[in-house]
Amino acid sequence: MSYIIDRRLNGKNKSMVNRQRFLRRYRGHIKDAVQDAVNRRSITDMDRGEQISIPTKNTHEPRIGHGQGGRQHRVYPGNKEFNTGDELEKPRGGGGGQGSGQASNQGEGEEDFTFAITREEFLNYLFDDLALPNMVKQSLARTKNFKTRRAGFVSEGTPNNLSVVKSMRNAHARRIGMGAGKRRKLKELEAALADAENRGDSGAVATLKADIADLQRRLKKIPFLDDIDLRYRNQVKVPMPTSKAVMFCLMDVSGSMTQDVKDMAKRFYLLLYLFLERNYEQIEIVFIRHHTSAKEVTEEEFFYSRETGGTIVSSALKLMNEIVKSRYDENEWNIYAAQASDGDNWDDDSPQCAEILRNELLPVVQYFSYIEITPHNHQALWEAYQQVGSEFKKNFAMAQIRGPEDIFPVFRELFSKEQYEEAI
Amino acid sequence: MSNYISTDSDWTFALLEEYDSEIARVAAHYRLDTYPNQIEVISAEQMMDAYSSVGMPIGYNHWSYGKQFLATQKGYQRGQMGLAYEIVINSNPCIAYLMEENTLPMQALVIAHACYGHNSFFKNNYLFRTWTDAGSIIDYLVFAKNYVRKCEERYGQDEVEQVLDACHALQNYGVDRYRRPKPISAAEERMRQEEREEIRQQQLNDLWRTLPTKKQNGDAAQKKRKFPSEPQENILYFIEKNAPLLQPWQRELVRIVRKISQYFYPQRQTQVMNEGWATFWHYTLLNHLYDEGKVNDGFMMEFLTSHTNVVYQPGFDSPYFSGINPYALGFNMFQDIKRICEDPTDEDREWFPDIAGKDWLDTLHFAMRDFKDESFIQQFLSPKLMRDFHLFSIYDDEAADHYRVDAIHNDSGFRRLRETLARQYDLSVREPNIQITNVDIEGDRSITLRHTQQDGMPLAGDTYEVLKHIHLLWGFDVHLESWDGDKMLKRMSCPSISVEL
Repeated sequence: MSYIIDRRLNGKNKSMVNRQRFLRRYRGHIKDAVQDAVNRRSITDMDRGEQISIPTKNTHEPRIGHGQGGRQHRVYPGNKEFNTGDELEKPRGGGGGQGSGQASNQGEGEEDFTFAITREEFLNYLFDDLALPNMVKQSLARTKNFKTRRAGFVSEGTPNNLSVVKSMRNAHARRIGMGAGKRRKLKELEAALADAENRGDSGAVATLKADIADLQRRLKKIPFLDDIDLRYRNQVKVPMPTSKAVMFCLMDVSGSMTQDVKDMAKRFYLLLYLFLERNYEQIEIVFIRHHTSAKEVTEEEFFYSRETGGTIVSSALKLMNEIVKSRYDENEWNIYAAQASDGDNWDDDSPQCAEILRNELLPVVQYFSYIEITPHNHQALWEAYQQVGSEFKKNFAMAQIRGPEDIFPVFRELFSKEQYEEAI
Repeated sequence: MSNYISTDSDWTFALLEEYDSEIARVAAHYRLDTYPNQIEVISAEQMMDAYSSVGMPIGYNHWSYGKQFLATQKGYQRGQMGLAYEIVINSNPCIAYLMEENTLPMQALVIAHACYGHNSFFKNNYLFRTWTDAGSIIDYLVFAKNYVRKCEERYGQDEVEQVLDACHALQNYGVDRYRRPKPISAAEERMRQEEREEIRQQQLNDLWRTLPTKKQNGDAAQKKRKFPSEPQENILYFIEKNAPLLQPWQRELVRIVRKISQYFYPQRQTQVMNEGWATFWHYTLLNHLYDEGKVNDGFMMEFLTSHTNVVYQPGFDSPYFSGINPYALGFNMFQDIKRICEDPTDEDREWFPDIAGKDWLDTLHFAMRDFKDESFIQQFLSPKLMRDFHLFSIYDDEAADHYRVDAIHNDSGFRRLRETLARQYDLSVREPNIQITNVDIEGDRSITLRHTQQDGMPLAGDTYEVLKHIHLLWGFDVHLESWDGDKMLKRMSCPSISVEL
């Protein structure tokens, strides 16, 4: 007696819950791996999953068992030339087990437990680190950008989209339209009736009254609201208007900027990049690093080469201004800039920086964000920038940063703007 | 007019049914007694799911199954590992999973192998009859899953996970090897669960109650109670019943892990027999169909290719060698028993006077019913088979510089070889012998476990991790002593350091 059942259509993700449990348990390891990946990858390359590997000793489930050593008999197949009493050389360092020291060495050599996490999971761990609000997380992790727009009215739709005003107006018009002829006739008949009554023609009065009653009955039969009156608000999804954007990354690379500080700055740039990626089809990135003089460089050089010497911030701003003028027409490009520094600047230079920002850059850029990564007191640059900030509230943001979770507030304005647009 | 059931290699549900009924007919001819079959066709992804829940159709949620799943998924997606053709579950009706990717001959092989081979083994082997209740296992698993979920809701996922982790570490020490259990029944479990909680608590209170009264009563100090009165090998059971600090729901979790581990206990002891039996029958049943002219040559060619792969035994020096293949050993032993019955040589008559020349089918059924791997090999491994496999035994003494070849497949070595191989399948040898010997009920409540060392084999390196788990469940100090005869070799305590003596 057998039953054959087709189970192929049943859910296949029975193990999803257990997988999540596993990820939850090894959250720490996965976060570290994501951190590493962020430091390793280019900022234009965050949008994919990651291979995670966890040392086997951490995922190991302990059991009681026999260890190496002791006296054992073991049976093997495939004897060719051995005879009873033969002695065989023990392999060196192999599974023979010569004391516990060796065994633990082998333990270290074990392969890691590796598995892949998806793009969504990767971004989630990344955002967790940056303490992003949920709304922002969602909009950054979304794959395609659509905007829902109203597009007039349609005669079919769901009840929640019913436009009462429009429907009632339609019904009214229909009632007027459908009743117009009858009402005209009614008026004529009423006039004729008055006439007949005046003449005292009782026969005509009776027929006219009957006709009038009939007409009135038919007028009443016109439905108050009919299916064809109903109108629904129409909503269509239109892709977000996309265009070109350029992102300037400015960073101080003088001796006081350590690799840790640069890694933190990288997260700052990458958050801006992810934001731009959702909103613009084509993005170019310009990396400008500076000490006493500024230079346009590749990403690799930007993050990983070291310089020494003093700091003149205005050199970078000047270079940026030149590049904007020569390559990125403000009418064609959306210009974003992110600047990171430890706050050091040549004292006389700070007013000059504010000047360039105020007169040249801020009028043309969409958003200029500045972070100062320092545990120390602010210097002249900070104060100069603060001054600028109070004048350009809309497109200038700055913050002092101690950890990655401080980065997001710099962009709060930017992201809230996006949310506002979406709600329209 | 051909007699073939099919000539194509694509399967349909109608064809599966037809093959199943043909195979059932032949199986009945060979007196295979089975549970009803529930054959489920699933996709590769679903097969991975089934894999990672250690073959349980329903399991409670735990991260270790997620780990298993990720490993399986990785192996499969990188093509490092194929999926098994089938998974079969010891339940009534007997559930067998067929992968949709299989060709028709493969499906027929799997039906014969799982639905008639394994199925009849589950129903008739004495270990399965004693230790498992196929009728209620699915219900019990559902009960367990729901219970664990409810606990998670009430006490938090982390709390539950901690207890389950600890229990999993002791999984293999949750079985009474000698006392036979009552089969588990889900309906009863549910009904009696609350009742049990109460009673347990009372018993516990009994055990620990004398503590405060000791000072008042001078007599009590004189007769120091010994507890447990005899060493206990079922650590999980002992913890479930006696751990002083566990909450009732935690005891229930311990019980769930213990019961499920008990359900798998027979499978761990009958690998060679179970796979051998199933392989023997898919081979015999499909050959029978071929002899009747029900399947064609193409079908048999494909079937034999798979079969040959399954029963391949690489030699110890082959790169493919990974121990003795239970399919190969089991299949060949059952074939060999049949040969001894039908066509015995003088050697066979000398070694197997009881079965040489007897009815082969009776003998085979007897061998399947009343043995486990260890005794099966001890009883039925013939000199001919040892020669065919070129078996030899190596003696490895940690203290010696060389391995010594202990016995080979010759007259003086046969018995020794057979004994050694049988011992290799003996669970009580494969797993260290650890028993609970003492609980200091009137002192610090510490629990002492005693490891009796066999052949000088020490405990594995992660034993201390396991002790931590025991400590979590027990709530007070845990000591583990390793003894070789009368000599204590080592004493480990948790929490604290281990002492080498």
